[in-house]
Amino acid sequence: MDFAENALAGTGKSSQSGRLELIDVRRVFGNYNALDGINLAVEPGEFIALLGPSGCGKSTALNCIAGLLELTGGEIRLAGKRIDELQPEARGFGMVFQNYALFPHLSVRKNVGFGLSMQGVPGAESAKRISDALALVRLQGQEGKLPGQLSGGQQQRVAIARAIVIHPPLVLMDEPLSNLDAKLRLEMRAEIRGIHDQIGSTTIYVTHDQDEALSLADRIVVMREGRIRQIGTPQDLYDRPNHPDVADFMGFRTRIPGKLVSVSGNRASVDAGGVRLEAVAPGHVSVGDRVLVSIRPEDLVAVDEGEGLKATVNSIEYRGRAFFGLATGPDGSELFFRADRTYPRGASIVLRPLAERTLLFKEKA
Amino acid sequence: MSAVAAGSPSRPSLRKRLSARGLDATTLLVLPGIVVTLALFVYPFLYGVVDSLVPKQGPWFANYLKFFSEPFQYDTIFATLWLALPVTIINVLVAIPIAFRVRLMRRQRLLTTILVLPVTLGTVLVADGLLNYLGPRGWFNRTLMFLDLIDHPIRLTNNYWGVFASLIITGFPFAFLLTLSYVTGIDPAIEQAAATLGAKARQRFTRIFLPLLAPGLIVTFCLAFVQAFSVFPSAILLGAPSGPTRVIAIAAYQAAFEQYDHSMGAAIAIIMGLVQLVVILAVLSLRQVFYRGPAAGGKG
Repeated sequence: MDFAENALAGTGKSSQSGRLELIDVRRVFGNYNALDGINLAVEPGEFIALLGPSGCGKSTALNCIAGLLELTGGEIRLAGKRIDELQPEARGFGMVFQNYALFPHLSVRKNVGFGLSMQGVPGAESAKRISDALALVRLQGQEGKLPGQLSGGQQQRVAIARAIVIHPPLVLMDEPLSNLDAKLRLEMRAEIRGIHDQIGSTTIYVTHDQDEALSLADRIVVMREGRIRQIGTPQDLYDRPNHPDVADFMGFRTRIPGKLVSVSGNRASVDAGGVRLEAVAPGHVSVGDRVLVSIRPEDLVAVDEGEGLKATVNSIEYRGRAFFGLATGPDGSELFFRADRTYPRGASIVLRPLAERTLLFKEKA
Repeated sequence: MSAVAAGSPSRPSLRKRLSARGLDATTLLVLPGIVVTLALFVYPFLYGVVDSLVPKQGPWFANYLKFFSEPFQYDTIFATLWLALPVTIINVLVAIPIAFRVRLMRRQRLLTTILVLPVTLGTVLVADGLLNYLGPRGWFNRTLMFLDLIDHPIRLTNNYWGVFASLIITGFPFAFLLTLSYVTGIDPAIEQAAATLGAKARQRFTRIFLPLLAPGLIVTFCLAFVQAFSVFPSAILLGAPSGPTRVIAIAAYQAAFEQYDHSMGAAIAIIMGLVQLVVILAVLSLRQVFYRGPAAGGKG
């Protein structure tokens, strides 16, 4: 990172931030539970990603924290003080919107300075802070332009500068990269994390992209149907998802139902339609349980014949170093696999899971 | 040098060159529009201009001289402005808060339908209804008297206030619907962004909404003003057409159809158009001050 030193010093570390707590937060739209009892504690300086598919409640949660939506139940506390009854303008959080929501009639400089002028920050200090914030997002020289004259990536930077210039205790980001092209998305991802580390504020980042969440966040909160499925570090979630939904999100695309036939140590044996599969045993299963076996494509390897899951090749594509494909099992299940060579469509193959990287989940009764 | 380049430089065909400048077969579709505009607008307008410059007697400017030398005639400009300007200002100013409220409502269409009714009814029906409603023996006065708020009926028809009320009723829905479309055209996330940056409702209105709305409000004002300035039926039916509500349209009508001086009538109509033009140009010039781009805050 080649951020100017004075930008770092000028923007300053937010020291006023405290622990953010969501206590049994609920939000109902009509008769739909968008948030169904969210409990979450965020430590000062943490970068938290709310991850989930669309409709899981992650944006609702963010809007509730920002004050743009009222809670139906529960409370939100910052540094021990209740904030869920405050208007958004009284909370002082910086928010970056999915479509940036820049003020189209104001120049870049005035967009960034809007929050400072609302706070009554005097002119000289305000000018310095605006310049520092623009330096931080590398937008010097664009001060006089209107948002409509900027590219998508530049607009994104203005939105970030506008949110952080007020030194918020909490920065909220709602899928800020979803409107950018793939290359720019990767660049901005690194910059967002860099800015977070420099200003030291707490960040809550909403995304549906697990790569983004894994690479950016200190902790990831996986949400589904208005509830939190799992909270953990990226490594936790990647290696030890605690729910088939989370596993699905973390790339365990193949799901095979079966019955647990034996457990020895941390190794479990599953009967999946006549085929014996080995997997890592979770703590809370017992022999005879209906279980779901989850495997990543890279851990389900295709061979020509032998022991394993018999399948028919559906499609296969080269992704550098290896081939990845989709095959259909005898029962119609979808099997995502890796292969060292290509196979024609309709070829019979045998798939072998890597036991130490195959997960097991107890199916709900 | 390749063989192609060595030969005569291959110019694109005439058709391609024309279409690159936006001229192709589709361009012909504007022809009917041009014909209608020429026949129904440009020709009658030029005919009127020429007609006004060929007075019954005197030099070419005699009609205009006559109009501006008789207070009975030129006062109609002020009588009309005195009606049209306040009515337009009130309609636009009242439309803003209501549009802001309606923006958040779910059943906008029902309200919109109710509001559009006066527009579809036409000015004559509205004037007739108001004559009964606001008249000395109408519900309005009767209710006030029943409540002992007044002793004698207030005179609200056949004067300035009757025309005023009718222009509000027929003009407001128009101003409101235009304003509503401008208000709902502003991305709600922009207001939310202002709120998270500490702007209170009042500051959000003055710093964000108003500057974004101003160009639209100016256009709304112009359209509503033109509508009110050409008031005619209600000025006769509900007003005092020989006194305070002798609007300029009445003067033109009387010249053309009561004194059979179509040349004078045309001159008054031209003057009427020029007054409107002056007001509209003055108001539109305000637009230069404001931002005039899309009211969205980024990529959609």
